[in-house]
Amino acid sequence: MARVVFRPLTEQDGMQPRWTDGRGMKNVADTFITPNDRLNSFERLEIYNRVYWFRVLDCLYDDYPGLRAVLGEKKFMALVTAYLAKYPSESFTLRNLGSRLEKFIREEPKWVAPRVRVALDMTRFEWAQVVAFDDLAKPVLTTDDILDAQPDKLRLGLQPYLSLLQLDYAVDEFLIAVKKNESAVLRNEASNTFEAMPHASRRKKATKMPRRERVHLAVHRYDNSLYYKRLEPEAFHILTELDRGFSVEEACTRALEKTRRKKLNWPKRLKHWFETWSSLGWFCGR
Amino acid sequence: MPANSFNNFTNYGIGIGLRVPHYRHILAKKPVVDWFEIISENFMVDGGRPLEVLDAILEQYRVVQHGVAMYFGSADRLNREYLKKLKRLVKRTNTPWLSDHLCWGSVDGRYTHDLLPMPYTFAAARATAQNIRQARDFLEVPICVENVSSYAEFHASEMTEWEFLGEVTELADCGILLDVNNIYVSSQNHNFDPYDYLNNVPHHRVGQIHIAGHSKFEKYILDTHDHPVLDPVWKMYARASKLVGRTATLLEWDDRIPTFNEVHDEALKANKFVKELETAPA
Repeated sequence: MARVVFRPLTEQDGMQPRWTDGRGMKNVADTFITPNDRLNSFERLEIYNRVYWFRVLDCLYDDYPGLRAVLGEKKFMALVTAYLAKYPSESFTLRNLGSRLEKFIREEPKWVAPRVRVALDMTRFEWAQVVAFDDLAKPVLTTDDILDAQPDKLRLGLQPYLSLLQLDYAVDEFLIAVKKNESAVLRNEASNTFEAMPHASRRKKATKMPRRERVHLAVHRYDNSLYYKRLEPEAFHILTELDRGFSVEEACTRALEKTRRKKLNWPKRLKHWFETWSSLGWFCGR
Repeated sequence: MPANSFNNFTNYGIGIGLRVPHYRHILAKKPVVDWFEIISENFMVDGGRPLEVLDAILEQYRVVQHGVAMYFGSADRLNREYLKKLKRLVKRTNTPWLSDHLCWGSVDGRYTHDLLPMPYTFAAARATAQNIRQARDFLEVPICVENVSSYAEFHASEMTEWEFLGEVTELADCGILLDVNNIYVSSQNHNFDPYDYLNNVPHHRVGQIHIAGHSKFEKYILDTHDHPVLDPVWKMYARASKLVGRTATLLEWDDRIPTFNEVHDEALKANKFVKELETAPA
């Protein structure tokens, strides 16, 4: 029964009429499901097949509005159906349903071509928001904790809920525009009653595709609200190096070695950044 | 019967499910609610707003946990990581009992996120009971197992659903979360008398009752939890209350959720049937 349930539906949202070995699905269903006076075995089994796909597709529909806008409805549904056929849920919670979507797109870019890079950026960005929403928050390191530490020895951890993204497209601005466009009706139509596949209501206007732009983003939460913060390239690299385990001194040195902006007042800049990141609660023990 | 070992000898009244659209109202207005039922999996997270809301609710209200992913009826062993996360939550909420479903829904580590019906066989009953015992021993809290609504039946079944429920709960020595809406839905889909089900479950094991709405389609009924409770289900609730006594009752409303007051008012209609019970001649 599980193999039947996990099998993608037809284009008409029905159960596939033939089993993988070519047998008629009705004959297969007859071997283990009892019919009643109104529904035959195929129809009874089909209820579960449809409910499964409506539920999981509805979940990804809600979790990836930006990716949906990049690809368009039809292409998005084809992508996530293929994704779930290859990578059905391995978690007790639907929260993790999209955890391998980036991996799938890299393995099979045909599903998002020709917008492969922007689709990848958007997927990573939207998954980072899932992580930021409810991932672990470790005890925050305070100023007192690090006051006497030597920069060459001080190693700071970054909160598990924080994601650092280097992107090629301004997907953050794009997503804000998408959400403004989407109507409240869209959420009501993406119903949990699983009577139908999710679909978009009529939109006021299509959102212009994301601008090509190198963007460094921190996706995080503060006071249990979700935020994304643009970072300067050097700031991004410092945080990345800290996350890799380098000391504060090493992280700053390595990041600033790469910069072309040598004439800036780096001590002042660094002080400001570290104060900001500390006040946001990003630092924790390793 | 109402306060028993399966609901930890509590006397909870009428409760409703804790749902996201009502968070703001509950936290701001602090309405009087006897108890809330939470879906365990929504709070088996590591941080963030879900736990912030839960902790605020726990300061003011009694909370009982209800799960959807234990899959007692699974042929696989219970998921150890799932049990650990669930136990952390049990300690956080201090839930007096915990419920989940008589169903399966995962195989070989893949999850359907559905409550799939089981063939009602003696072998399945033994395996399911073993899973329930294992969960109860690990979680250290009484367990009530809920009857699901279903749309398919199996050739392999050796007994009725209510006989199976009785067999499992006897072998596991656990409680029953009696979902009268699910009984009604299944009875219509499978052509049996719902009162046969009600009359023949082990009443002394009922620790909690669920009521809910459903949706009628041309050839079947779907357990959608998106309507008020329909009259046939209220009648069944009245009968169930007579059989098991005044028991913790929970209204499930999970989709097209109206305002908090509408949901709560719907739930409180259950009091009418319980009051009739209390005033009925001996």
